[in-house]
Amino acid sequence: MTTAIIVNEVYKKFGKSELPFWRRIFGHTNGNGSNGNGHNGHNGNGAKAAEKSKVVVAVDKVSFTVGTGEIFGVLGPNGGGKSTLIRLISTLLLPDQGSISVFGYDVVRQSMAVQQIINRVSVEASFFKKLSPMENLLYGARLYGQDGAETRKKVVDILTRLGLEKRAIYNPMEEMSRGMQQKVAIARALLTKPHLLLLDEPTTGLDPRSKREVQAVVREMREKSGTTILLTTHDMVEADQLCDRIAIMNSGKVIALDTPAELKKLIPPKDGQETTLEDVFIELTGKKLVNEEEETV
Amino acid sequence: MTTLTYQIRASYAFVERNINLIKRYWSWELVWLVYSIADSLAVSFIGLGVGKLGGGNPSTADTNYLVIYLLIGTLVWRFLSTIFYWITNLIGIERWEGTIEYTLMAPVRRITHMAGQTFFAISYSLFFTGMVLLATALVFKIDLSKANLLGGTLMLLAGSFSFVGIGVMASVLPLLFPERGEQMTHVFIALLLLVSGIYYPVDVLPPVLQKLAVLSPATYVLEGTRRTLLEGLPTWDLWQYIWPVLLMGAVLIPSGLWVFSMAERYAKKTGKLHRNG
Repeated sequence: MTTAIIVNEVYKKFGKSELPFWRRIFGHTNGNGSNGNGHNGHNGNGAKAAEKSKVVVAVDKVSFTVGTGEIFGVLGPNGGGKSTLIRLISTLLLPDQGSISVFGYDVVRQSMAVQQIINRVSVEASFFKKLSPMENLLYGARLYGQDGAETRKKVVDILTRLGLEKRAIYNPMEEMSRGMQQKVAIARALLTKPHLLLLDEPTTGLDPRSKREVQAVVREMREKSGTTILLTTHDMVEADQLCDRIAIMNSGKVIALDTPAELKKLIPPKDGQETTLEDVFIELTGKKLVNEEEETV
Repeated sequence: MTTLTYQIRASYAFVERNINLIKRYWSWELVWLVYSIADSLAVSFIGLGVGKLGGGNPSTADTNYLVIYLLIGTLVWRFLSTIFYWITNLIGIERWEGTIEYTLMAPVRRITHMAGQTFFAISYSLFFTGMVLLATALVFKIDLSKANLLGGTLMLLAGSFSFVGIGVMASVLPLLFPERGEQMTHVFIALLLLVSGIYYPVDVLPPVLQKLAVLSPATYVLEGTRRTLLEGLPTWDLWQYIWPVLLMGAVLIPSGLWVFSMAERYAKKTGKLHRNG
Protein backbone atom coordinates (compact mmCIF):
# COMPACT_ATOMS: atom_id res chain seq x y z
CA MET A 1 0.00 0.00 0.00
CA THR A 2 1.39 3.43 -0.94
CA THR A 3 1.27 6.32 1.48
CA ALA A 4 -1.46 8.92 1.11
CA ILE A 5 -0.76 11.15 4.13
CA ILE A 6 2.41 11.66 6.13
CA VAL A 7 1.99 13.73 9.28
CA ASN A 8 5.38 14.37 10.80
CA GLU A 9 5.88 15.95 14.25
CA VAL A 10 3.14 18.51 13.64
CA TYR A 11 2.67 21.17 16.29
CA LYS A 12 0.03 23.89 16.30
CA LYS A 13 -0.79 26.37 18.99
CA PHE A 14 -3.27 29.24 19.12
CA GLY A 15 -3.36 32.51 21.01
CA LYS A 16 -0.48 34.56 22.28
CA SER A 17 1.14 35.30 25.55
CA GLU A 18 -0.14 38.39 27.32
CA LEU A 19 3.27 38.91 28.87
CA PRO A 20 5.25 41.87 27.54
CA PHE A 21 7.78 40.89 24.91
CA TRP A 22 10.81 41.65 27.11
CA ARG A 23 9.61 39.17 29.73
CA ARG A 24 9.13 36.54 27.05
CA ILE A 25 12.58 37.28 25.59
CA PHE A 26 14.35 37.15 28.96
CA GLY A 27 13.01 33.72 29.78
CA HIS A 28 10.24 34.20 32.29
CA THR A 29 8.39 31.38 30.53
CA ASN A 30 9.49 28.45 28.44
CA GLY A 31 7.37 29.74 25.56
CA ASN A 32 6.32 26.35 24.23
CA GLY A 33 3.42 25.37 26.38
CA SER A 34 2.37 22.02 27.68
CA ASN A 35 -0.82 20.95 25.98
CA GLY A 36 -4.24 21.89 24.80
CA ASN A 37 -7.83 21.09 25.56
CA GLY A 38 -8.37 24.52 27.01
CA HIS A 39 -5.36 24.45 29.26
CA ASN A 40 -2.84 27.24 29.33
CA GLY A 41 0.24 26.35 27.42
CA HIS A 42 2.91 27.99 29.55
CA ASN A 43 4.27 26.14 32.44
CA GLY A 44 7.34 25.90 34.53
CA ASN A 45 7.85 29.44 35.81
CA GLY A 46 5.03 29.92 38.19
CA ALA A 47 1.32 30.43 38.24
CA LYS A 48 1.60 34.13 37.38
CA ALA A 49 3.08 33.39 33.98
CA ALA A 50 0.42 30.77 33.28
CA GLU A 51 -2.34 33.15 34.30
CA LYS A 52 -1.11 35.75 31.83
CA SER A 53 -0.92 33.31 28.95
CA LYS A 54 -3.71 32.45 26.54
CA VAL A 55 -1.73 29.92 24.55
CA VAL A 56 -3.57 26.71 23.68
CA VAL A 57 -1.65 23.84 22.12
CA ALA A 58 -4.15 22.16 19.80
CA VAL A 59 -1.85 19.64 18.09
CA ASP A 60 1.25 18.56 19.95
CA LYS A 61 4.01 16.82 17.95
CA VAL A 62 1.64 14.47 16.17
CA SER A 63 3.02 11.90 13.70
CA PHE A 64 1.29 9.15 11.70
CA THR A 65 0.89 7.90 8.16
CA VAL A 66 -2.22 6.88 6.26
CA GLY A 67 -2.12 4.38 3.40
CA THR A 68 -3.81 4.92 0.04
CA GLY A 69 -7.39 3.64 0.13
CA GLU A 70 -7.37 3.37 3.91
CA ILE A 71 -10.18 4.61 6.15
CA PHE A 72 -8.33 6.17 9.03
CA GLY A 73 -10.26 7.26 12.09
CA VAL A 74 -9.35 9.94 14.61
CA LEU A 75 -11.15 9.75 17.93
CA GLY A 76 -10.90 12.24 20.71
CA PRO A 77 -12.84 14.36 23.18
CA ASN A 78 -14.01 17.87 22.28
CA GLY A 79 -11.00 20.13 22.13
CA GLY A 80 -8.70 17.15 21.61
CA GLY A 81 -7.28 18.60 18.38
CA LYS A 82 -9.10 16.50 15.77
CA SER A 83 -10.61 19.37 13.80
CA THR A 84 -7.36 21.35 13.96
CA LEU A 85 -5.56 18.35 12.50
CA ILE A 86 -8.08 18.17 9.64
CA ARG A 87 -7.73 21.90 8.99
CA LEU A 88 -3.94 21.53 8.87
CA ILE A 89 -4.22 18.74 6.29
CA SER A 90 -6.76 20.68 4.26
CA THR A 91 -4.46 23.78 3.97
CA LEU A 92 -6.75 25.96 6.09
CA LEU A 93 -4.18 26.26 8.85
CA LEU A 94 -0.40 26.50 8.75
CA PRO A 95 1.53 24.28 11.16
CA ASP A 96 3.92 26.00 13.60
CA GLN A 97 6.31 23.05 13.41
CA GLY A 98 6.51 19.78 11.53
CA SER A 99 5.27 18.85 8.08
CA ILE A 100 2.32 17.21 6.34
CA SER A 101 2.33 15.74 2.88
CA VAL A 102 -0.64 14.47 0.89
CA PHE A 103 0.21 12.08 -1.95
CA GLY A 104 3.73 13.52 -1.92
CA TYR A 105 2.69 17.18 -1.96
CA ASP A 106 3.59 19.41 0.96
CA VAL A 107 0.48 21.16 2.33
CA VAL A 108 2.32 24.46 2.87
CA ARG A 109 4.65 24.69 -0.13
CA GLN A 110 2.39 22.94 -2.66
CA SER A 111 -0.99 23.87 -1.28
CA MET A 112 -2.65 24.29 -4.69
CA ALA A 113 -1.65 20.75 -5.73
CA VAL A 114 -3.01 19.41 -2.44
CA GLN A 115 -6.28 21.36 -2.80
CA GLN A 116 -6.90 19.77 -6.21
CA ILE A 117 -6.97 16.24 -4.80
CA ILE A 118 -8.71 16.70 -1.46
CA ASN A 119 -12.10 17.70 -0.19
CA ARG A 120 -13.59 18.07 3.24
CA VAL A 121 -16.94 17.63 4.95
CA SER A 122 -17.16 19.39 8.29
CA VAL A 123 -19.56 19.09 11.17
CA GLU A 124 -21.18 22.39 10.16
CA ALA A 125 -22.76 22.03 6.73
CA SER A 126 -21.62 25.45 5.51
CA PHE A 127 -23.64 26.76 2.58
CA PHE A 128 -25.18 29.89 1.15
CA LYS A 129 -28.45 29.38 2.96
CA LYS A 130 -30.71 31.20 0.51
CA LEU A 131 -29.29 29.26 -2.43
CA SER A 132 -30.59 25.83 -3.38
CA PRO A 133 -28.48 22.65 -3.19
CA MET A 134 -28.17 22.82 -6.99
CA GLU A 135 -26.86 26.41 -6.88
CA ASN A 136 -24.49 25.66 -3.99
CA LEU A 137 -23.11 22.52 -5.61
CA LEU A 138 -22.70 24.23 -8.98
CA TYR A 139 -20.64 26.89 -7.25
CA GLY A 140 -18.58 24.26 -5.42
CA ALA A 141 -17.99 22.18 -8.57
CA ARG A 142 -17.00 25.18 -10.70
CA LEU A 143 -14.35 26.10 -8.13
CA TYR A 144 -12.81 22.73 -9.01
CA GLY A 145 -12.98 23.52 -12.74
CA GLN A 146 -15.98 21.34 -13.51
CA ASP A 147 -18.37 21.87 -16.38
CA GLY A 148 -21.83 23.27 -15.52
CA ALA A 149 -24.07 21.00 -17.63
CA GLU A 150 -22.32 17.83 -16.48
CA THR A 151 -22.41 18.99 -12.87
CA ARG A 152 -26.18 19.59 -13.01
CA LYS A 153 -26.75 15.96 -14.02
CA LYS A 154 -24.34 14.66 -11.39
CA VAL A 155 -25.98 16.75 -8.65
CA VAL A 156 -29.39 15.21 -9.33
CA ASP A 157 -27.88 11.69 -9.47
CA ILE A 158 -25.89 12.00 -6.25
CA LEU A 159 -28.54 13.78 -4.21
CA THR A 160 -31.36 11.44 -5.18
CA ARG A 161 -29.06 8.50 -4.36
CA LEU A 162 -28.51 10.09 -0.95
CA GLY A 163 -32.25 10.16 -0.43
CA LEU A 164 -33.16 13.76 -1.28
CA GLU A 165 -36.39 14.44 -3.10
CA LYS A 166 -35.89 16.02 -6.51
CA ARG A 167 -38.02 19.00 -5.46
CA ALA A 168 -35.70 19.76 -2.55
CA ILE A 169 -32.73 20.13 -4.88
CA TYR A 170 -34.11 23.45 -6.14
CA ASN A 171 -35.37 24.89 -2.84
CA PRO A 172 -33.26 27.10 -0.54
CA MET A 173 -30.93 25.23 1.82
CA GLU A 174 -32.44 27.04 4.81
CA GLU A 175 -35.66 25.05 4.29
CA MET A 176 -33.85 21.74 4.77
CA SER A 177 -33.20 19.76 7.94
CA ARG A 178 -29.66 19.48 9.29
CA GLY A 179 -29.47 15.87 8.16
CA MET A 180 -30.42 16.83 4.61
CA GLN A 181 -27.92 19.69 4.63
CA GLN A 182 -25.21 17.28 5.72
CA LYS A 183 -26.05 15.00 2.80
CA VAL A 184 -25.66 17.96 0.45
CA ALA A 185 -22.28 18.64 2.07
CA ILE A 186 -21.25 15.07 1.33
CA ALA A 187 -22.49 15.42 -2.25
CA ARG A 188 -20.37 18.57 -2.62
CA ALA A 189 -17.29 16.56 -1.71
CA LEU A 190 -18.23 13.60 -3.91
CA LEU A 191 -18.69 15.83 -6.97
CA THR A 192 -14.99 16.69 -7.09
CA LYS A 193 -13.89 13.02 -6.89
CA PRO A 194 -11.18 13.67 -4.29
CA HIS A 195 -8.27 11.28 -3.77
CA LEU A 196 -8.39 12.15 -0.10
CA LEU A 197 -11.66 12.88 1.67
CA LEU A 198 -11.50 14.53 5.08
CA LEU A 199 -14.63 13.88 7.10
CA ASP A 200 -14.87 15.93 10.27
CA GLU A 201 -17.69 14.39 12.31
CA PRO A 202 -19.90 13.97 9.22
CA THR A 203 -22.65 12.05 11.00
CA THR A 204 -22.92 14.15 14.17
CA GLY A 205 -26.55 15.14 14.67
CA LEU A 206 -27.93 12.80 12.01
CA ASP A 207 -30.74 10.34 12.66
CA PRO A 208 -29.79 6.63 12.57
CA ARG A 209 -31.08 6.12 9.05
CA SER A 210 -29.20 9.13 7.62
CA LYS A 211 -26.13 7.99 9.52
CA ARG A 212 -26.26 4.60 7.82
CA GLU A 213 -26.74 6.18 4.41
CA VAL A 214 -23.69 8.38 4.92
CA GLN A 215 -21.63 5.44 6.16
CA ALA A 216 -22.66 3.42 3.09
CA VAL A 217 -21.47 6.26 0.83
CA VAL A 218 -18.13 6.35 2.66
CA ARG A 219 -17.63 2.62 2.14
CA GLU A 220 -18.68 2.87 -1.50
CA MET A 221 -16.18 5.66 -2.14
CA ARG A 222 -13.36 3.54 -0.85
CA GLU A 223 -14.48 0.39 -2.64
CA LYS A 224 -15.35 1.89 -6.03
CA SER A 225 -12.90 4.80 -6.29
CA GLY A 226 -10.16 3.78 -3.89
CA THR A 227 -10.56 7.09 -2.06
CA THR A 228 -8.48 7.52 1.06
CA ILE A 229 -10.63 8.71 3.95
CA LEU A 230 -9.66 10.41 7.16
CA LEU A 231 -12.61 10.46 9.51
CA THR A 232 -13.09 12.08 12.89
CA THR A 233 -16.08 10.97 14.89
CA HIS A 234 -17.61 10.75 18.32
CA ASP A 235 -19.45 7.60 17.36
CA MET A 236 -17.44 4.63 18.58
CA VAL A 237 -19.59 2.08 16.76
CA GLU A 238 -19.13 4.02 13.53
CA ALA A 239 -15.37 4.14 14.05
CA ASP A 240 -15.26 0.43 14.83
CA GLN A 241 -17.26 -0.52 11.74
CA LEU A 242 -15.74 1.87 9.22
CA CYS A 243 -12.11 2.39 10.10
CA ASP A 244 -9.13 0.24 9.22
CA ARG A 245 -7.05 1.98 11.87
CA ILE A 246 -7.85 4.49 14.57
CA ALA A 247 -5.77 7.14 16.31
CA ILE A 248 -7.01 8.31 19.70
CA MET A 249 -6.13 11.94 20.41
CA ASN A 250 -6.22 13.67 23.73
CA SER A 251 -4.96 17.15 24.59
CA GLY A 252 -3.45 17.45 21.13
CA LYS A 253 -1.42 14.23 21.32
CA VAL A 254 -1.94 10.83 19.73
CA ILE A 255 -2.10 8.50 22.70
CA ALA A 256 -2.89 5.28 20.83
CA LEU A 257 -2.94 4.15 17.20
CA ASP A 258 -3.89 0.73 15.89
CA THR A 259 -6.64 -1.33 14.30
CA PRO A 260 -9.92 -1.38 16.24
CA ALA A 261 -9.29 -5.01 17.20
CA GLU A 262 -5.79 -4.31 18.52
CA LEU A 263 -6.96 -1.23 20.40
CA LYS A 264 -9.59 -3.32 22.17
CA LYS A 265 -6.89 -5.75 23.29
CA LEU A 266 -5.30 -2.90 25.30
CA ILE A 267 -8.05 -3.18 27.90
CA PRO A 268 -8.94 -6.50 29.51
CA PRO A 269 -12.64 -7.45 29.46
CA LYS A 270 -14.57 -6.55 32.61
CA ASP A 271 -17.38 -8.66 34.14
CA GLY A 272 -17.20 -11.05 31.21
CA GLN A 273 -18.24 -8.27 28.79
CA GLU A 274 -16.30 -7.85 25.57
CA THR A 275 -14.18 -4.68 25.51
CA THR A 276 -15.61 -1.96 23.34
CA LEU A 277 -13.83 0.97 21.73
CA GLU A 278 -15.63 3.20 24.20
CA ASP A 279 -14.02 1.30 27.10
CA VAL A 280 -10.62 1.83 25.46
CA PHE A 281 -11.34 5.49 24.89
CA ILE A 282 -12.45 6.14 28.47
CA GLU A 283 -9.54 4.19 29.89
CA LEU A 284 -6.94 6.00 27.79
CA THR A 285 -8.30 9.52 27.96
CA GLY A 286 -9.90 9.37 31.39
CA LYS A 287 -12.89 11.11 29.80
CA LYS A 288 -16.38 10.15 28.81
CA LEU A 289 -17.55 11.03 25.35
CA VAL A 290 -19.32 14.33 25.03
CA ASN A 291 -21.82 14.34 22.25
CA GLU A 292 -21.73 18.01 21.49
CA GLU A 293 -22.45 19.17 18.00
CA GLU A 294 -19.24 21.03 17.54
CA GLU A 295 -15.71 21.01 18.63
CA THR A 296 -14.35 24.35 19.66
CA VAL A 297 -10.66 23.85 18.91
CA MET B 1 -8.30 20.58 -19.21
CA THR B 2 -5.86 23.50 -19.54
CA THR B 3 -5.02 25.66 -16.57
CA LEU B 4 -6.65 28.60 -18.34
CA THR B 5 -9.97 26.74 -18.85
CA TYR B 6 -9.82 25.62 -15.24
CA GLN B 7 -9.26 29.14 -13.95
CA ILE B 8 -11.93 30.65 -16.25
CA ARG B 9 -14.49 28.14 -14.97
CA ALA B 10 -13.44 28.87 -11.40
CA SER B 11 -13.70 32.60 -12.06
CA TYR B 12 -17.19 32.15 -13.49
CA ALA B 13 -18.18 30.37 -10.26
CA PHE B 14 -18.15 33.73 -8.46
CA VAL B 15 -20.13 35.49 -11.20
CA GLU B 16 -22.81 32.80 -11.26
CA ARG B 17 -22.97 32.60 -7.46
CA ASN B 18 -23.46 36.36 -7.16
CA ILE B 19 -26.20 36.35 -9.81
CA ASN B 20 -27.95 33.55 -7.90
CA LEU B 21 -27.57 35.46 -4.64
CA ILE B 22 -29.11 38.57 -6.20
CA LYS B 23 -32.03 36.51 -7.50
CA ARG B 24 -32.62 35.02 -4.05
CA TYR B 25 -32.14 38.33 -2.23
CA TRP B 26 -34.12 40.30 -4.87
CA SER B 27 -36.25 42.06 -2.25
CA TRP B 28 -33.13 43.45 -0.57
CA GLU B 29 -31.79 44.64 -3.93
CA LEU B 30 -35.11 46.35 -4.60
CA VAL B 31 -34.96 48.13 -1.23
CA TRP B 32 -31.40 49.21 -1.96
CA LEU B 33 -32.44 50.50 -5.39
CA VAL B 34 -35.27 52.57 -3.90
CA TYR B 35 -32.86 53.94 -1.28
CA SER B 36 -30.31 54.83 -3.96
CA ILE B 37 -32.89 56.59 -6.14
CA ALA B 38 -34.24 58.54 -3.15
CA ASP B 39 -30.70 59.47 -2.12
CA SER B 40 -29.79 60.71 -5.61
CA LEU B 41 -33.02 62.72 -5.86
CA ALA B 42 -32.62 64.24 -2.39
CA VAL B 43 -29.10 65.46 -3.11
CA SER B 44 -30.03 66.73 -6.58
CA PHE B 45 -32.97 68.72 -5.19
CA ILE B 46 -30.42 70.82 -3.31
CA GLY B 47 -29.53 72.24 -6.74
CA LEU B 48 -33.11 73.34 -7.30
CA GLY B 49 -33.32 74.78 -3.79
CA VAL B 50 -30.21 76.94 -4.09
CA GLY B 51 -32.19 79.77 -5.66
CA LYS B 52 -34.35 80.04 -2.54
CA LEU B 53 -31.45 79.91 -0.12
CA GLY B 54 -29.45 82.92 1.09
CA GLY B 55 -32.10 84.91 2.95
CA GLY B 56 -34.56 85.15 0.07
CA ASN B 57 -32.16 86.89 -2.35
CA PRO B 58 -32.48 85.50 -5.83
CA SER B 59 -29.48 83.41 -6.62
CA THR B 60 -27.51 83.81 -9.80
CA ALA B 61 -26.67 80.12 -9.82
CA ASP B 62 -27.57 78.07 -12.90
CA THR B 63 -29.89 75.57 -11.22
CA ASN B 64 -29.98 73.19 -14.19
CA TYR B 65 -26.19 73.01 -14.12
CA LEU B 66 -26.23 72.52 -10.34
CA VAL B 67 -28.79 69.72 -10.49
CA ILE B 68 -26.76 67.85 -13.11
CA TYR B 69 -23.54 68.56 -11.20
CA LEU B 70 -24.98 66.98 -8.06
CA LEU B 71 -26.70 64.18 -9.94
CA ILE B 72 -23.45 63.18 -11.63
CA GLY B 73 -21.82 63.22 -8.19
CA THR B 74 -24.41 60.85 -6.75
CA LEU B 75 -24.39 58.53 -9.78
CA VAL B 76 -20.61 58.30 -10.05
CA TRP B 77 -20.40 57.74 -6.33
CA ARG B 78 -23.11 55.05 -6.47
CA PHE B 79 -21.19 53.31 -9.26
CA LEU B 80 -17.82 53.41 -7.52
CA SER B 81 -19.12 52.56 -4.06
CA THR B 82 -21.17 49.62 -5.43
CA ILE B 83 -17.98 48.22 -6.96
CA PHE B 84 -16.15 48.79 -3.69
CA TYR B 85 -18.77 46.99 -1.62
CA TRP B 86 -19.03 44.02 -3.99
CA ILE B 87 -15.26 43.62 -3.91
CA THR B 88 -15.06 43.86 -0.12
CA ASN B 89 -17.95 41.38 -0.07
CA LEU B 90 -15.43 38.88 -1.40
CA ILE B 91 -14.87 37.89 2.21
CA GLY B 92 -17.74 39.60 4.02
CA ILE B 93 -20.45 37.47 2.46
CA GLU B 94 -18.47 34.27 3.07
CA ARG B 95 -18.09 35.23 6.73
CA TRP B 96 -21.82 35.88 6.94
CA GLU B 97 -22.74 32.55 5.35
CA GLY B 98 -19.95 30.54 6.99
CA THR B 99 -18.58 29.29 3.67
CA ILE B 100 -15.18 30.98 3.83
CA GLU B 101 -13.24 27.79 4.57
CA TYR B 102 -14.74 25.99 1.56
CA THR B 103 -13.95 28.82 -0.82
CA LEU B 104 -10.40 29.34 0.45
CA MET B 105 -9.76 25.57 0.44
CA ALA B 106 -10.61 25.29 -3.26
CA PRO B 107 -7.75 25.16 -5.79
CA VAL B 108 -8.39 28.69 -7.02
CA ARG B 109 -5.73 31.33 -7.44
CA ARG B 110 -6.59 34.53 -5.62
CA ILE B 111 -6.25 36.50 -8.86
CA THR B 112 -8.88 34.20 -10.42
CA HIS B 113 -11.11 34.77 -7.41
CA MET B 114 -10.69 38.56 -7.73
CA ALA B 115 -11.19 38.51 -11.52
CA GLY B 116 -14.57 36.80 -11.21
CA GLN B 117 -15.69 39.14 -8.45
CA THR B 118 -14.41 42.20 -10.34
CA PHE B 119 -16.18 41.27 -13.57
CA PHE B 120 -19.42 40.84 -11.67
CA ALA B 121 -18.93 43.99 -9.56
CA ILE B 122 -18.33 46.26 -12.58
CA SER B 123 -21.18 44.77 -14.64
CA TYR B 124 -23.67 44.89 -11.80
CA SER B 125 -22.65 48.42 -10.77
CA LEU B 126 -23.17 49.65 -14.35
CA PHE B 127 -26.62 48.03 -14.43
CA PHE B 128 -27.57 49.33 -10.98
CA THR B 129 -26.36 52.88 -11.69
CA GLY B 130 -28.19 52.79 -15.02
CA MET B 131 -31.43 51.99 -13.18
CA VAL B 132 -30.89 54.93 -10.80
CA LEU B 133 -30.14 57.21 -13.77
CA LEU B 134 -33.35 56.14 -15.52
CA ALA B 135 -35.44 56.83 -12.43
CA THR B 136 -33.89 60.24 -11.77
CA ALA B 137 -34.22 61.21 -15.45
CA LEU B 138 -37.99 60.82 -15.04
CA VAL B 139 -37.99 63.48 -12.30
CA PHE B 140 -35.52 66.06 -13.60
CA LYS B 141 -35.57 67.48 -17.11
CA ILE B 142 -31.93 66.85 -17.74
CA ASP B 143 -30.37 68.61 -20.68
CA LEU B 144 -27.68 66.28 -21.95
CA SER B 145 -27.52 67.79 -25.43
CA LYS B 146 -23.85 68.73 -24.94
CA ALA B 147 -22.96 65.48 -23.15
CA ASN B 148 -20.34 63.05 -24.43
CA LEU B 149 -21.97 59.85 -23.10
CA LEU B 150 -19.33 57.51 -24.55
CA GLY B 151 -16.57 59.51 -22.87
CA GLY B 152 -18.45 59.45 -19.55
CA THR B 153 -18.83 55.66 -19.68
CA LEU B 154 -15.16 55.26 -20.62
CA MET B 155 -14.15 57.44 -17.68
CA LEU B 156 -16.27 55.36 -15.28
CA LEU B 157 -14.80 52.08 -16.52
CA ALA B 158 -11.24 53.38 -16.29
CA GLY B 159 -11.84 54.59 -12.74
CA SER B 160 -13.43 51.33 -11.65
CA PHE B 161 -10.10 49.47 -11.66
CA SER B 162 -8.55 51.67 -9.01
CA PHE B 163 -11.64 51.10 -6.85
CA VAL B 164 -11.21 47.37 -7.31
CA GLY B 165 -7.69 47.75 -5.88
CA ILE B 166 -8.98 49.72 -2.89
CA GLY B 167 -11.77 47.15 -2.41
CA VAL B 168 -9.32 44.24 -2.41
CA MET B 169 -7.25 46.00 0.26
CA ALA B 170 -10.36 46.72 2.34
CA SER B 171 -11.53 43.11 2.01
CA VAL B 172 -8.71 41.99 4.30
CA LEU B 173 -10.54 43.64 7.21
CA PRO B 174 -13.33 41.02 7.36
CA LEU B 175 -10.62 38.40 6.93
CA LEU B 176 -8.63 39.63 9.93
CA PHE B 177 -11.47 40.88 12.11
CA PRO B 178 -14.31 38.34 11.80
CA GLU B 179 -16.76 40.19 14.04
CA ARG B 180 -16.41 43.84 12.98
CA GLY B 181 -14.24 43.75 9.87
CA GLU B 182 -17.05 44.37 7.45
CA GLN B 183 -18.20 47.49 9.29
CA MET B 184 -14.61 48.75 9.35
CA THR B 185 -14.54 48.90 5.53
CA HIS B 186 -16.91 51.88 5.69
CA VAL B 187 -14.03 54.07 6.82
CA PHE B 188 -12.41 53.76 3.37
CA ILE B 189 -15.54 54.90 1.60
CA ALA B 190 -16.21 57.73 4.09
CA LEU B 191 -12.73 59.21 3.61
CA LEU B 192 -12.98 59.01 -0.18
CA LEU B 193 -16.40 60.65 -0.01
CA LEU B 194 -14.96 63.53 2.01
CA VAL B 195 -11.95 64.37 -0.16
CA SER B 196 -13.03 63.47 -3.71
CA GLY B 197 -15.44 66.32 -4.43
CA ILE B 198 -18.57 64.26 -4.88
CA TYR B 199 -20.98 67.09 -4.07
CA TYR B 200 -18.67 70.12 -4.22
CA PRO B 201 -15.56 71.27 -6.10
CA VAL B 202 -12.37 70.03 -4.46
CA ASP B 203 -10.99 73.61 -4.21
CA VAL B 204 -13.51 74.49 -1.45
CA LEU B 205 -11.74 72.01 0.83
CA PRO B 206 -9.03 73.04 3.34
CA PRO B 207 -5.50 72.80 1.82
CA VAL B 208 -4.68 69.55 3.66
CA LEU B 209 -7.76 67.80 2.29
CA GLN B 210 -7.07 69.18 -1.19
CA LYS B 211 -3.70 67.43 -1.07
CA LEU B 212 -5.43 64.17 -0.12
CA ALA B 213 -7.91 64.67 -2.98
CA VAL B 214 -5.02 64.33 -5.44
CA LEU B 215 -4.53 60.77 -4.18
CA SER B 216 -8.18 59.75 -4.57
CA PRO B 217 -9.09 58.11 -7.89
CA ALA B 218 -12.67 59.32 -7.43
CA THR B 219 -11.48 62.94 -7.81
CA TYR B 220 -10.35 62.27 -11.40
CA VAL B 221 -13.36 60.11 -12.26
CA LEU B 222 -15.76 62.81 -11.08
CA GLU B 223 -13.93 65.66 -12.77
CA GLY B 224 -13.61 63.71 -16.01
CA THR B 225 -17.23 62.53 -15.99
CA ARG B 226 -18.56 66.01 -15.20
CA ARG B 227 -16.58 67.61 -17.99
CA THR B 228 -17.74 65.03 -20.54
CA LEU B 229 -21.39 65.22 -19.50
CA LEU B 230 -21.70 68.92 -18.67
CA GLU B 231 -19.28 70.46 -21.16
CA GLY B 232 -19.08 67.71 -23.79
CA LEU B 233 -15.32 67.28 -23.42
CA PRO B 234 -14.16 65.12 -26.35
CA THR B 235 -13.08 61.57 -25.53
CA TRP B 236 -9.46 62.13 -26.60
CA ASP B 237 -9.16 65.06 -24.16
CA LEU B 238 -10.13 62.72 -21.30
CA TRP B 239 -6.62 61.26 -21.17
CA GLN B 240 -5.58 63.84 -18.53
CA TYR B 241 -8.11 62.20 -16.18
CA ILE B 242 -7.76 58.64 -17.39
CA TRP B 243 -4.01 58.14 -16.99
CA PRO B 244 -3.94 58.97 -13.25
CA VAL B 245 -6.72 56.45 -12.49
CA LEU B 246 -5.15 53.78 -14.67
CA LEU B 247 -1.83 54.36 -12.92
CA MET B 248 -3.54 54.11 -9.52
CA GLY B 249 -5.26 50.90 -10.62
CA ALA B 250 -1.95 49.48 -11.85
CA VAL B 251 -0.46 50.12 -8.40
CA LEU B 252 -3.49 49.38 -6.21
CA ILE B 253 -4.59 46.04 -7.74
CA PRO B 254 -1.23 44.22 -7.39
CA SER B 255 -0.72 45.87 -3.98
CA GLY B 256 -4.20 44.76 -2.93
CA LEU B 257 -3.50 41.19 -4.02
CA TRP B 258 -0.23 41.20 -2.11
CA VAL B 259 -1.86 42.60 1.04
CA PHE B 260 -4.63 40.02 0.69
CA SER B 261 -2.16 37.14 0.35
CA MET B 262 -0.32 38.32 3.48
CA ALA B 263 -3.60 38.61 5.38
CA GLU B 264 -4.70 35.15 4.22
CA ARG B 265 -1.42 33.69 5.41
CA TYR B 266 -1.82 35.45 8.77
CA ALA B 267 -5.41 34.17 9.08
CA LYS B 268 -4.21 30.61 8.36
CA LYS B 269 -1.43 31.01 10.89
CA THR B 270 -3.69 32.29 13.65
CA GLY B 271 -6.81 30.26 12.89
CA LYS B 272 -9.01 33.24 12.00
CA LEU B 273 -10.65 31.54 9.03
CA HIS B 274 -12.62 29.28 11.31
CA ARG B 275 -14.43 31.99 13.25
CA ASN B 276 -17.54 33.26 11.56
CA GLY B 277 -18.59 36.80 12.26
